[in-house]
Amino acid sequence: MLSNTEILQTINMIDQQHLDIRTITMGISLLDCCDPSPERACKKIYDKICRKAEHLVQTGEDIEKEFGIPIVNKRISITPMALVAGASETSDYVPFAVAMDRAAKTCGVNFIGGFSALVQKGMTAADRKLIQSIPEALAVTDFVCSSINVGSTRAGINMDAVRLMGETVKKTALRTADRDGFGCAKLVVFCNAVEDNPFMAGAFHGVGEADSIINVGVSGPGVVYHALQSVKGRPFDEVAETVKKTAFRITRMGQLVAREASQRLDTPFGIVDLSLAPTPAVGDSVARILEEMGLEVCGTHGTTAALALLNDAVKKGGVMASSSVGGLSGAFIPVSEDEGMIAATRSGVLTMDKLEAMTCVCSVGLDMIAVPGSTTAETIAAIIADEAAIGMVNNKTTAVRIIPAPGKKVGDTVEMGGLLGTAPVMPLHTESSADFIARGGRIPAPLHSLKN
Amino acid sequence: MHAIVTVIGKDRVGIIADVCALLAKNKVNVLDISQTVMQEYFTMIMMVDVTAAEIPFAELVRLLEDEGKLLNLTIHAQREDIFNAMHRI
Repeated sequence: MLSNTEILQTINMIDQQHLDIRTITMGISLLDCCDPSPERACKKIYDKICRKAEHLVQTGEDIEKEFGIPIVNKRISITPMALVAGASETSDYVPFAVAMDRAAKTCGVNFIGGFSALVQKGMTAADRKLIQSIPEALAVTDFVCSSINVGSTRAGINMDAVRLMGETVKKTALRTADRDGFGCAKLVVFCNAVEDNPFMAGAFHGVGEADSIINVGVSGPGVVYHALQSVKGRPFDEVAETVKKTAFRITRMGQLVAREASQRLDTPFGIVDLSLAPTPAVGDSVARILEEMGLEVCGTHGTTAALALLNDAVKKGGVMASSSVGGLSGAFIPVSEDEGMIAATRSGVLTMDKLEAMTCVCSVGLDMIAVPGSTTAETIAAIIADEAAIGMVNNKTTAVRIIPAPGKKVGDTVEMGGLLGTAPVMPLHTESSADFIARGGRIPAPLHSLKN
Repeated sequence: MHAIVTVIGKDRVGIIADVCALLAKNKVNVLDISQTVMQEYFTMIMMVDVTAAEIPFAELVRLLEDEGKLLNLTIHAQREDIFNAMHRI
């Protein structure tokens, strides 16, 4: 029998501490939608997404109601579009993004990910066409997210793709200049991208996956923050234990919702992604968890160690609570989406260099960072290269989602709206990396890639 | 199917009666009930059986929420599974 304390604890987590299921994401394979005619391919893509995800939003809302747990987002991820569009005789891939966007609107989801290409070792003609279509595709669609994988521990870093992505990020910002470069908030450059990530903007449905699948992302920085208040001043062993216990509870709930959604939608259950994903709401911040561990402001010395402990304890607690853990699992540090990080950036304590160090131990990478509009394509490419190197050498996923907001300078603010939040423009090093990026070629994979 | 109904709000006469009347009208059986008053705040937790209910569970959740707004109380009804998942292995 459940005790009253347990029941009220759960209700407090949901009502006061922002506990929620961040996303139910349906992964859909579009490999059977290839067609030499781009028009026919787009029709097949639209039809298949709508057929598979017809009941996704309604089911999410039903579960939300019955279990009394908010399910914030319902989303769709698809096969990397370069693989599907490659079969069509066309050089313009924008219509494929438009088809994705239409399908997302019909299904009622708020993002669709997978306008993607995997180019860690080399680029096909289709990959190149897709990358060239990104600025326009992200400008003319509302819900389409794009991701490009430019490196991996096994393959090394494709520096030609890195250079191209530096230019693409820049073009995307300029093409959406009327919205402060908003297009860049929907564009991620990965190293070691995962195939079952339910979180945007980097979600895509890997080719190793089933025809369709349900992945669930849980969240709950507020719950962890609240739990840590009960161990003020105690040694780190106790901090880690507290985070583990909390992560276990959160993930059990995610597993329950994932199973239920999978059953109701008659779609196999994929993974639960146990990520601490902050929102701009007060009390839902990862930065405040780090500060609760004893740091005056997130970004000061000690921040990387605190984040390392948090990221590891979240995984250890969560992994026992779900039959299948995957995705990105850990702690996200998206600057504009985290109330504490926004404050730390404004105060000048949290800098780009510290964030880069933090990405060595967090679950992904440099995320939702606004930089001056004058930043060159080469500098953005160099940031991508640094981040990819961290991912490649450390065998982890890293990513860059950066917004060179046109016309904005350090001290200005970029309003993204909703869950994407507010980004104070951060200073970067202004010394040139142009000659470094101009080299191109490939940075070889590290020695430890040879595991066979 | 079992569900947990929680009622939280300022204490006054007849809270239990009001909530139970609504449950009875919809053929929801109360299995267990416990209540306490903490700092003038009334907290009631009920375990109910909704197997015989004539309306879908989601509809019952909505009715209870509306009743809560009317009575100036916070009323949640949630499937028992979520609490078991979180607190029992």
